Amino acid sequence: MIEIRHLGKTYHTRERDIVALEDINLTINDGEIFGIIGLSGAGKSTLVRCINFLEVPTSGDVVIDGKVLGQLSRKELLKLRQSIGMIFQNFNLLEQRTVLRNVCYPMEIAGEKRDKAVARARELLKLVGLEDRERSYPSQLSGGQKQRVAIARALATNPRTILCDEATSALDPNTTRSILDLLRRINAELGVTIIVITHEMKVIDQICDRVAVIDQSHIAEEGRVSEVFTNPQSQIAKDLIIPKDLTVLETTGGRRLRLTFDGTKTDAPIISQMVLSCQAPVNILFANTRELDGVMHGHMIIELPSDPQQADKILVWLKNSEIKWREER
Amino acid sequence: MQFSDMLLKLWDKGLLQLGIWETVYMTQISTAIAYVIGLPLGVILHITDDSGIYPVRWLNRVLGFIVNFFRSIPFIILMVAMLPVSKLIVGTSLGNKAVIVMLVIAAAPYVARLVESSLKEVNAGVIEAAQAMGSNNFQIITKVLIPEAKPSLLTGATIAMVTILGYSAMAATIGGTGLGQIAIIYGHQRSNPDIKWICVLLMVVIVQIIQICGDKIVQKSDKRARQ
Repeated sequence: MIEIRHLGKTYHTRERDIVALEDINLTINDGEIFGIIGLSGAGKSTLVRCINFLEVPTSGDVVIDGKVLGQLSRKELLKLRQSIGMIFQNFNLLEQRTVLRNVCYPMEIAGEKRDKAVARARELLKLVGLEDRERSYPSQLSGGQKQRVAIARALATNPRTILCDEATSALDPNTTRSILDLLRRINAELGVTIIVITHEMKVIDQICDRVAVIDQSHIAEEGRVSEVFTNPQSQIAKDLIIPKDLTVLETTGGRRLRLTFDGTKTDAPIISQMVLSCQAPVNILFANTRELDGVMHGHMIIELPSDPQQADKILVWLKNSEIKWREER
Repeated sequence: MQFSDMLLKLWDKGLLQLGIWETVYMTQISTAIAYVIGLPLGVILHITDDSGIYPVRWLNRVLGFIVNFFRSIPFIILMVAMLPVSKLIVGTSLGNKAVIVMLVIAAAPYVARLVESSLKEVNAGVIEAAQAMGSNNFQIITKVLIPEAKPSLLTGATIAMVTILGYSAMAATIGGTGLGQIAIIYGHQRSNPDIKWICVLLMVVIVQIIQICGDKIVQKSDKRARQ
């Protein structure tokens, strides 16, 4: 279990102090995939570096399995880091080493025997699907393959936790999906706790169990992904789930409703039913829905027809339905 | 006498072979010793910098000042000024032994800066990854910084060797031998421009060989561009 207690980080520069994080409190349970989402500059990269003390917090503490990181000696800290894997946006592989020797690196550091390390590295390359590329150098690999090597490297010392710092931000959508699938598989098969830092809602949506939304150095919101996704409380969470440039869409200036699907309705074609029974057209401005355990979750924003009578018909229909909705401005 | 006749005559006497050998030998020994001192110095300069893995501001400033100090002195002045130091270290202030001491004193700070700038090119993200995996600073230096900077370090070594070769030609001033001495004593002082130009030509050939070999080794060691 990882506990982050009242954690703060302030950078002192000659001109002024920059507060990167303030009073962060989070508990990450063993075996879960925990997401931390925020816009760039929100402090999420600093936060993930505080978890393994690459950045030393200026206040508060991080407690991993009962060990208070701030109280560890340098030697103990290095030992602890060997049990926390980390992968990065830019992969950060050693360019002058082959794939196999890259995966061996953390075991070399930990003092593992060479032949044992090589055997384990081969095993891991097989796990990430790169067993035929062990003699290649990183420059000969694609971005997705490099990240797979980085994942194999992160797993080399049998870590209990893996930190992912924007691990898919440099990858295309298909590669992103396959890397996320791999992370989920590793979580399920090896029981490794995974902490994901990202600015993309779809990453959170695809693999995380719980999420913390970070904004302006603070945690704005925290909870199960399905809850935050269907019922965001903070402005920043709303902004991340429903893109701000929505207003750019051409509309006829009618009233807008936000429909929330949180599992109450499942396979019924709701919008069609509404349009057919009211005999009134609606304009779908935004939709972000997905299926979670067989039920529908998500949001849809519709625009009512400009004719008030037709609009009223739809409002009445909605009031009689089980759908949750509210007017958007 | 024709230029080619002069060349043959000197060659038959064995003077040129000896000159080439002495020049090459002094250059290589000096480069090697300059790296023994300059490589650790360059590493210390790099890691103790404010952005390095072990920032120690005062040490960085002091070493930086010393390196800059020695690099500001023209070699010909340094050679004369360091005569007592040479006497202290190798027991003489004359001849090739003394020349090697001078070359090392002049080249080591230069090598340190070359090494420092090569290490700066190593991607900071890779160092961060190594730290995240629990590497200590010694492991980062020996397993990440130096191996990752290897092609650049070898490029620097080629530059250093050519520079040292150039310096070694001035060694005749304190009784050093080699092509420089032949050019100055037989060529310049005895007013025989042919000998002077033969020596220059041979220096050009040696520099080209060093550069071509250096480039080949760098190319072979760099795994980044290999397809």
